[in-house]
Amino acid sequence: MSAAAAPTGMFDCRDAYVHTIEELAVADERIVAVVNDSVGSSKLGKFRDRFPRRLINVGIAEQNMVGVGAGLANGGKIPFVSGASCFLSARALEQIKADCAYSQANVKLCGISSGVAYGELGATHHSIEDVAWLRAIDKLTVIVPADPWETAEAIKAAVAHDGPVYIRISRMPVPELARDKPVFNIGKAETLRAGGDIAIIANGTLVHRALAAAEALAAEGVSARVINMATVSPIDTRAIADAAATGSIVTAEEGLAHGGLGGAVAEYCAQNVPVRMRMLGFPGFLPTGSAAWLMDRFGLNADGIAAAARDLLGVKVG
Amino acid sequence: MVSVDRRSRGARAESLENRAAHVRERANWMRRRLLRMIVDAGQGHPGGDLSATDVISSLYFDILRIDPAAPNAPDRDRFVMSKGHCTGALYSALAGAGFFPEADLDTYLKPESRLNGHPNRTYLPGVETNTGPLGHGLPVAVGIAVAAQIDEADYRVFVLTGDGELQEGSMWEAAMFAGHRGLGQLTVIVDRNRLQQGAGTEDTNALEPLADKWRAFGWEVEEMDGHDHAAVLATLDAACEPRDKPRCIIANTFKGHGVSFMENQASWHHGVPNAEQYAQAIAELEAEMGQ
Repeated sequence: MSAAAAPTGMFDCRDAYVHTIEELAVADERIVAVVNDSVGSSKLGKFRDRFPRRLINVGIAEQNMVGVGAGLANGGKIPFVSGASCFLSARALEQIKADCAYSQANVKLCGISSGVAYGELGATHHSIEDVAWLRAIDKLTVIVPADPWETAEAIKAAVAHDGPVYIRISRMPVPELARDKPVFNIGKAETLRAGGDIAIIANGTLVHRALAAAEALAAEGVSARVINMATVSPIDTRAIADAAATGSIVTAEEGLAHGGLGGAVAEYCAQNVPVRMRMLGFPGFLPTGSAAWLMDRFGLNADGIAAAARDLLGVKVG
Repeated sequence: MVSVDRRSRGARAESLENRAAHVRERANWMRRRLLRMIVDAGQGHPGGDLSATDVISSLYFDILRIDPAAPNAPDRDRFVMSKGHCTGALYSALAGAGFFPEADLDTYLKPESRLNGHPNRTYLPGVETNTGPLGHGLPVAVGIAVAAQIDEADYRVFVLTGDGELQEGSMWEAAMFAGHRGLGQLTVIVDRNRLQQGAGTEDTNALEPLADKWRAFGWEVEEMDGHDHAAVLATLDAACEPRDKPRCIIANTFKGHGVSFMENQASWHHGVPNAEQYAQAIAELEAEMGQ
């Protein structure tokens, strides 16, 4: 869990997060950071050094942290409330609901080290339920960026958006996605690869694996569309409807197989555009193992996604 | 309508006696009004409303620097109702202060009413944050006070908490942090009526020694008679003076105060008076004001 350098060409999205809020904070004095003894894991040391009065460390107290965030918003600030996503989402769930979403407080919640980044530490430290919990809360925007660029754009969009936002930030190294004309809009999906046989809808760390799966499927003559659904709430129903027109959808996320992105897509499809689906994610409490091992063990990789697509399409291989 | 007084506190010309008489009259009106709301709605929390009425009357009709015409003015004083179920007291004060028409009180708890069973800032001007689940108001108030501290602003933050509410751990997370930050802008008033929903606080999960607990967390602590308007005003005046510690005021109150048969009875936490009881309560309150 130490801050080892990312492999060449791979990036830690936390760096994009802290760099972006530092840049924004220079021009906008309203931006403050609130942490729960998590300056190190949130990589906010430099922010603290540059803006010592604007880094508020409440200690190990997540309910208070989120309440303080709502209060800072009331006082005209734009607080970025950062903490390990497992604790931020679970321990302060009612504060996120009542103080932030229901009150429409202008709070930006940043769940750091999301998914199974803390793999070896066990299910207490896995944050695989957060998207399912938080997307159930009305008026709370939920964003799961896939790479450093999207993380930075999500931060900027969150500042421009007047209202509560949850941004899920991984600490696992990811590559920068190749994009022609990148545009980020809250609530808009991004089609990264065209394809008409099947649609793969993913977000976060699974987007990269979805692209690799589509590559493998292409070699077999299957044309798979890859959609990056960074915003889970409000979700892009137009993109889902278009995806359903292919006849098959695979969803993939670094979270529970039910309730999160897959659940959101399935809810829409079941009621509007019934379609064959596979929802890839984790089944529940997980065994001990590194993040990479857990992702492979539960099929959250290119092979797993491609296999689900083949299964759905009835394609026999080999 | 309340007149907005943006002069510094302490520069007021009125005597404490006159101020107390005004606040007492408003509190009596609030009591009659909130009881009517509860009877009309068929539900409510009269016990806690009536224990908090005198403190809330003192805040809204004397202490707070607020302007109903500019409810979101950045330099306004903030009042956070942490005991969010006591909307009878809060709504009657907000209406009396001019944040919305008094006639809206007649819609209390009715379908589509802005007067929800717990306060909602997106419905009603003057509400600072949505409360209802206990243990939420103090952390938010602490955040507001931190914002004031960062900005070196001179607005003050008041929060009213129930005493039973202090059984929530989030209150002590916030208390610990407020003490650590030396949040001199912040004043917590504990409505110490010693009764929670079903029984006495000391019989349920005892709070005493309550003052020592706050002091141990780095707060200045005072106690007052929460129904003596002059004492309440004098204590709140002092709480507005510049200082470098948060202040806790333990307001010793009685649940159901002002109505003889409700006073100090846990059963009136969310009881609703019948017609006869209502008539008696109003008669008592009118008699108190010599009407």
